[in-house]
Amino acid sequence: MAESDTPAEPTRRDFLLHAAGAFGVVGVAAAAWPFIDQMNPDASTRALASVEVDISGVQPGQAITVMWRGKPVVIRNRTEKEVEEGKAVKLEELKDPLARNANADASADASDANRAAAGKENILVMTKVCTHLGCIPLDESGEFGGWFCPCHGSVYDTSGRIRSGPAPENLPIPPYAFLTDTKIRIG
Amino acid sequence: MSGHSTYVPRTALGKWFEARLPVVRLLHDTAVSYPTPRNLNALWTFGGILAMMLVVQIVTGIVLAMHYAADSRIAFQSVESIMRDVNWGWLIRYLHANGASMFFIAVYIHIFRGLYYGSYKPPREILWILGVIIYLLMMAAAFMGYVLPWGQMSFWGATVITNFFTALPIVGQPIQTLLIGGFSVDNATLNRFFSLHYLLPFLIAGVVVLHVWALHVVGQNNPLGIDVKSEKDTVPFTPYATSKDVMWIVLFMIFYGWFVFYQPNFLGHPDNYIEANPLSTPAHIVPEWYFLPFYAILRAIDFNIGPIDSKLGGVLAMFGAIAVLAFLPWLDTSKVRSGRFRPIFKVAFWLFGVNALFLGYLGSVKTDDILFHVPGLDYQAVVWAKLSTFYYFAYFLVILPVLGYIEKPKPLPVSINDAILAKSAPSSAH
Ligand code: HEM
Ligand code: FES
Repeated sequence: MAESDTPAEPTRRDFLLHAAGAFGVVGVAAAAWPFIDQMNPDASTRALASVEVDISGVQPGQAITVMWRGKPVVIRNRTEKEVEEGKAVKLEELKDPLARNANADASADASDANRAAAGKENILVMTKVCTHLGCIPLDESGEFGGWFCPCHGSVYDTSGRIRSGPAPENLPIPPYAFLTDTKIRIG
Repeated sequence: MSGHSTYVPRTALGKWFEARLPVVRLLHDTAVSYPTPRNLNALWTFGGILAMMLVVQIVTGIVLAMHYAADSRIAFQSVESIMRDVNWGWLIRYLHANGASMFFIAVYIHIFRGLYYGSYKPPREILWILGVIIYLLMMAAAFMGYVLPWGQMSFWGATVITNFFTALPIVGQPIQTLLIGGFSVDNATLNRFFSLHYLLPFLIAGVVVLHVWALHVVGQNNPLGIDVKSEKDTVPFTPYATSKDVMWIVLFMIFYGWFVFYQPNFLGHPDNYIEANPLSTPAHIVPEWYFLPFYAILRAIDFNIGPIDSKLGGVLAMFGAIAVLAFLPWLDTSKVRSGRFRPIFKVAFWLFGVNALFLGYLGSVKTDDILFHVPGLDYQAVVWAKLSTFYYFAYFLVILPVLGYIEKPKPLPVSINDAILAKSAPSSAH
């Protein structure tokens, strides 16, 4: 240890320190990920990806609610009056202009036709979870004859579009398909 | 801790131990010889009350955990069986459930004490911020605890509160899914909340140690808000502060006991005795009373503010209402600590206190309720909530910063000792 002045060149010790430090940071990050990701939905929850529903018994003006991914999905056979009311609304009057329909284009507008089932304008399939903070809106209530959320007073119309209250978006439409005329698969 | 140690080990064992781990000295310096200002009033006993309540919650909680089952299919029944079957289970659960409320009553008194006497001002900023962190952790612990009995309010409270995160653009939804471990609140949520509910009180205990450490470095504030100048201004912690703390702990226990034995469900919500049902939201969901002021602030923002929609705005205002506390040491520009010497501050402070209670009331009613059936005042509750929210923030962001410049404080006494002597010798005061 004769030299007393610090060498200008990076020493071997500097190199080892930085290399070990860099490996350490990457290693900690890699080790942290499993501890974070374990909190995400597990395989059994993700597996509940689809349900099949028979809607032959649902008369006009009636609805059934089924559970899909732990959330209620309402399938409503709308009356003619409800459909007419849904169609009569001008798009400019809507708080959320998008269809929010997983089966349509993401940019599709929120017209009644874009929200109802393709080719079956009376059928509305919709996740019944308020887009505000997740309560379950009540059927056939609110000033637009659609849904009303009791938690903080959001009102949805007969197409499930947000019309007043704090909720920002229309009720979302999950991916679904008609297997037969009276059988739907959600998810 | 700050170099005033007077501890002298007397026994041989004491000396042997002292040379190896001076923990007895630490305790002696903290709880026996520690000099406290001699003019402390009863409001200074709430720190001790809070420490006691933390111990009560941990002891009753550990016992409850021996009988509770964190499984969404049986959680509700397991709490019912604690109430009916477990020996003394009803007592232990009522102590725990009401203990949470008592904890919050004590912490609110403790916080308002600090607000009035300026305990957040230099050199106590870190001490104050550690307190805000404890308060946040308490809120998280109480929220998750309330989910455990898996009643209707548990379930829908958890749903609404975890949905706060979905207000954030882009990252919001993934964060919410990560927190609840599913596409809706379910068994996975209940399990992790139990695990965290068990953990958080011990984290709180850790932060309390830092809080007390910081306190013992800078010393206690006092009702006059002036610094301790000499030993004449202080008395040793034991027996003076200890006996006062014990007396007020006993009085507090009587208050607590009254709820536990005579009104055990007064502070809770009856809907939580209905088992959670993911298909039906109760007609009127409300959080526990200690969250009501913040709930009112959340609901007050029902309008978009530029690019921020009403949902995100409400959530930001609610978290902001707590976060603003952490900046208080720099928002209050007055050099004088105690409100006693600040005539305008006093008015603003009491208004703030009344306003906070009013916000709590507003959080408990429906947003479209009419509060005062008086012509001219017959507004919906949400309108009052907007006014109250405005004052809440104005107090911190406008009034306190400005008052320091325009207010003329009353003259401060020379020392704590002088002030006490002046009070106890009325002849010389006139
Ligand atoms: C900061 C301290 C704590 C607070 C504020 C707190 C708060 C709460 C609250 C509000 C409840 C719901 C009570 C009800 O309505 O039934 C609860 C339940 C529960 N807590 Fe705690 N708690 C604390 C500490 C602990 C600890 C340390 C444990 C366990 C080691 C624990 C275990 C439990 C259990 C098992 C339940 C479910 C049984 C029940 O609901 O009565 N708690 N807690
Ligand atoms: S959750 Fe529906 S209005 Fe808030």
